[in-house]
Amino acid sequence: MIAPSKHAYAYYPGCSLTSTNKAYDISARNVARVLGIEMVELEDWNCCGATAYMAIREQRSFVLSARNLALAEKEKLDLVTVCAGCYLSLHKTNKYFAQNVQMRRRLQRALKAGGEEYNGTLQVRHFLDVVVKDLGEEEIKQHVVRPFEDLKVVPYYGCQITRPFGEIDDTDFPQGMSRLLSWIGAEPLDFPLTTKCCGGMLMITQPETGIQLVGNILSQAKKLGAQCISTACPLCQINLEAYQARASRRTGKDCRIPVLYFTQLLGLSLGLDPKKLALGDCLTPTAGVLAARSA
Amino acid sequence: MEAVAGEKLKEIFLSNIYAIPDGERIKECQQCGTCSSSCPTAEWMDYSPREIIAALRAGLLERVLGSNTVWLCSSCYSCTVRCPAGIKFTDVMYELKRLGNKYGYVDRKTTTAQLARAFVKTVDRSGINAEGELLARYYLATNPLRVFTQLWLGLRMLLKGRIPLFPHRVRGRKSLQKMTAEAKREV
Repeated sequence: MIAPSKHAYAYYPGCSLTSTNKAYDISARNVARVLGIEMVELEDWNCCGATAYMAIREQRSFVLSARNLALAEKEKLDLVTVCAGCYLSLHKTNKYFAQNVQMRRRLQRALKAGGEEYNGTLQVRHFLDVVVKDLGEEEIKQHVVRPFEDLKVVPYYGCQITRPFGEIDDTDFPQGMSRLLSWIGAEPLDFPLTTKCCGGMLMITQPETGIQLVGNILSQAKKLGAQCISTACPLCQINLEAYQARASRRTGKDCRIPVLYFTQLLGLSLGLDPKKLALGDCLTPTAGVLAARSA
Repeated sequence: MEAVAGEKLKEIFLSNIYAIPDGERIKECQQCGTCSSSCPTAEWMDYSPREIIAALRAGLLERVLGSNTVWLCSSCYSCTVRCPAGIKFTDVMYELKRLGNKYGYVDRKTTTAQLARAFVKTVDRSGINAEGELLARYYLATNPLRVFTQLWLGLRMLLKGRIPLFPHRVRGRKSLQKMTAEAKREV
């Protein structure tokens, strides 16, 4: 697809990035600005039809995603998102649209009823993949002005970035975020639970299960000597940061550890002011991470 | 609503499963258990993922829909990427969720189903999900007293400005509603 600048995308924030996870939105936009990635917010985007919608209405969930694809196609730009759940819904819909004739026809009819159309010309990307692959080591390192020193980080992707398709990285043990963390001076640790499920919405509906899953991740990260967790999914972020006291009680292990979005860590290394990364939104203490930057 | 059961339910289930891309692969299950050993929530399930397929083969669809297994699936897709027979088990679980919800196998105690229903209502109204509205609907549909377990977190989030008091709505929601109505008409 022909784009006006080298790295230009239609940007899809997703619902949670307008509220509970606005720090992810703010940090991603500011990081993109410094890195010269043009992100044009998709005009009047709607819910992607995520996991919970899919559990009740299949076709309508695909339609929700398809409207966003139609809006982005009008901008003649590929669609980039930072939310793992939105990434999967939009990507899955786009893939099925391309592969399954019946579904394509059904989606086109539905879009037409609302005065839109989609021809399947765009790609859906995750922002992490854009940063790691489209920019890459050299370009990132050029922009790093305050690299981290002695900061051990576990990368945590959650489920829905690499699975089920495994197109952007390995389904179980992806490497992209570790590479990025090493480019910004941090020390990425091998983390066996890097794509293990945090429980997602089970934290609300089946808390005994959710707390245990989160406790496993947090205590394992702590045991490895990590000083912070780097996340790439808004739901994982809130599950990992908001229930640490309960997780410690449940597992009998220390589960207190700072949890930041990878965009916040990246932004700090780029010299961005913590305010521009909404670091104040974190529910875990971030002073240790800030202190680990070189002067 | 009167629950649909027996042969009629089985017929609907199979036709829906086979309509999913690669859905017919469910017939290839070798009962190896890779799905169950990959599943992060299997230890809380009445029946593990492998047992779900065994139960479906044994004609126990109603028991499957009434089990907690279906709604403990967090759709992490670990089983899907590891299944040696290429069964997209996460998509099978989604279909079982929809079937159970539609044909009367969900009640107040099926909390995850209630959250999903609340999510659909919230999104259908505004075009986007507003977390405050979602949780209000959810706790009203299940156990309103449980809202107190989230009070402290809610307060901290509010103080950090992480809960907007006036969430926005999609301007084009009329057009969006026409689209979803069209999709509803067809299925």
